[in-house]
Amino acid sequence: MRSNRDLKTPASVVGLGLAIGGIAFGTFLSRRRKGGADDAPVYARKSPPGDHSLVGRTVTIRKPRAELYSFWRNFGNLPQFMENVEEIRENGDTATWVIKAPGGASVDVETRVSDERENELIAWRSTDGSDITTSGRVEFTDAPGDRGTRVSLIMAYDPPGGAAGRALAKLFLREPQVQARHDLKRFKALMETGEITTSARRRDQTREAKQQENG
Amino acid sequence: MMRALTWHGTHDVRVETVDDPEIINSRDAIIKITSTAICGSDLHLYDGVIPGVMPGDVLGHEFMGEVVETGKDSTLKKGQRVVVPFTISCGGCFHCKIQQFSACENSNPAEKQDMSATLYGHPMAGLFGYSHLTGGYSGGQAEYVRVPYSDVGPIVVPDHLEDDKVLFLSDILPTGWMGAENAEIQPDDTVAVWGCGPVGLFAVQSAIVMGASKVIAIDHYPNRLALAKQMGAETIDFRKTDVREALMEMSGGIGVDAVIDAVGMEAHGFAADNMIDIAKQKIGIGADRAKALKQAILAVRPGGRVSIPGVYGGMTDKFPLGALMEKGLQVRTGQTHVQRYLKDLLEKIEDGTLDTTFMISHRLPLEDAARGYKCFHDEQNDWTKVVLKPDMEMAK
Ligand SMILES: NC(=O)c1ccc[n+]([C@@H]2O[C@H](COP(=O)([O-])OP(=O)(O)OC[C@H]3O[C@@H](n4cnc5c(N)ncnc54)[C@H](O)[C@@H]3O)[C@@H](O)[C@H]2O)c1
Ligand SMILES: [Zn+2]
Ligand SMILES: [Zn+2]
Repeated sequence: MRSNRDLKTPASVVGLGLAIGGIAFGTFLSRRRKGGADDAPVYARKSPPGDHSLVGRTVTIRKPRAELYSFWRNFGNLPQFMENVEEIRENGDTATWVIKAPGGASVDVETRVSDERENELIAWRSTDGSDITTSGRVEFTDAPGDRGTRVSLIMAYDPPGGAAGRALAKLFLREPQVQARHDLKRFKALMETGEITTSARRRDQTREAKQQENG
Repeated sequence: MMRALTWHGTHDVRVETVDDPEIINSRDAIIKITSTAICGSDLHLYDGVIPGVMPGDVLGHEFMGEVVETGKDSTLKKGQRVVVPFTISCGGCFHCKIQQFSACENSNPAEKQDMSATLYGHPMAGLFGYSHLTGGYSGGQAEYVRVPYSDVGPIVVPDHLEDDKVLFLSDILPTGWMGAENAEIQPDDTVAVWGCGPVGLFAVQSAIVMGASKVIAIDHYPNRLALAKQMGAETIDFRKTDVREALMEMSGGIGVDAVIDAVGMEAHGFAADNMIDIAKQKIGIGADRAKALKQAILAVRPGGRVSIPGVYGGMTDKFPLGALMEKGLQVRTGQTHVQRYLKDLLEKIEDGTLDTTFMISHRLPLEDAARGYKCFHDEQNDWTKVVLKPDMEMAK
């Protein structure tokens, strides 16, 4: 198995920021995930190299790598924990993501898997003709002992588009990194507990229900 | 619709009509409450010193009742009597697997985790009826409550044990027990407990059951000190006696082997530093009043153990860090891992090792809960523990 360090994927990246769409992502991160003087992931650096903002997030999930990988690789599953994604339809080697927009509208994005290695990583990117430019990448590695699997999501965006993107993100509820973090935590909860945790007292008070309502 | 105790601001709680809870997820259960208690932790909410409580929130984290509805993956059955731990735990994450239930990674909903993660470096687990830092779950000072992960938390209790005997399994009994366990009590130990509220009283009793040779309880309310004495402790009234000097004398000049802070962030005291801390807490710059804890750290012997079941929420000033390091102390604390202790403690209640009812001073209808809060807060000497019963009639 190759380690993260050897990955030479053009990770122009962006994780679940997908869900908010509209961000002009710069191509970046072409070298490695770990990018500097120390062993920390590049997105943990105080000032990430280049003009780009970069976020990433890792969670450990107490489930085998293969199980998590295959759940994620079946894109139709993702809307279960990605809050702003209504539906993902797979059509051959592309997939259409239906993303919630304000006022009950929705935006379609077509993506293609740009890189994948069984039980290790899945990267995807919007196709050339797509209205929204976006890409995402998720990596699965074994956690020590019986602690399960480390799941990392990386995301980068450049400030000019990023600023506009963030403004847009506000419209769509929240910043991409927050969105990504929450989606990833929900993925963890779903895998470890079989459900998405809610503190609501009634079905019509869950976050999901409220969002449907607001459109 | 149901009746429930709701929070509206500092010293403003009301019994109101709110929507009934529903099953939302498949592991949920709905419990019809038969008994619920007011806790010292609720007083921190009442005093407005815990952040993230919102108007309309239903409080209450010590409760028990009857299962009336179950999701398809709940292991509970309708009609069972259960006591529900105040900590919500999923059973599937790393922390649940190693029995650190109050550090559950999934029970606080993803979108609610940011606040406590910012404050503490990590998100807190979900707790019933407490704060939106801990999920914002509706609590059990109500007629009904939704219990998530009902296959993990609730313990079924036998019918021959009445509510008053088992209710405190939900929090204060395991909290007192874990407080004593964290003090790693050895047979010849002298142990000091600050605070003779319910948590302190259970810590006293637990320390004695664990074999401490002497337990010294500290408070200033005569009635609460008397209860500690009744449990087998020696007592110190901190208003009348110099606590540190007394503890040195009572431990033969060595210092006590272990100390337990069952007071928490609203310690009473009139020393200048405590008054400054009260002022800071009032204007919201969040200095916890750690008077009891500071005193405990100075009183414990070198190499001794410090156990902190008392709740703290923020920062504190002038913390005796030097004493902690130079004396080589061990510190253990945390919200209680309730589920870890339930089976064992239920057995100890059944066989009479632990007395759980001696501290109950008042039983009120749920309808009268606001008065319960006021009196438990204002008249601590006489109001030692308040149990609320939804089906009790209001006195005319
Ligand atoms: N760790 C947990 O999971 C957990 C669970 C339940 C309660 N708690 C906490 O435990 C603490 C006690 O709870 P309780 O229900 O017994 O509360 P309580 O308010 O009934 O009792 C606190 C007692 O401490 C006494 N006290 C105040 N200042 C003191 C001082 N300087 N020295 C000695 N005694 C002093 C008070 O007179 C009072 O009797 C609270 O902070 C509560 O939030 C923690
Ligand atoms: Zn409590
Ligand atoms: Zn858990």
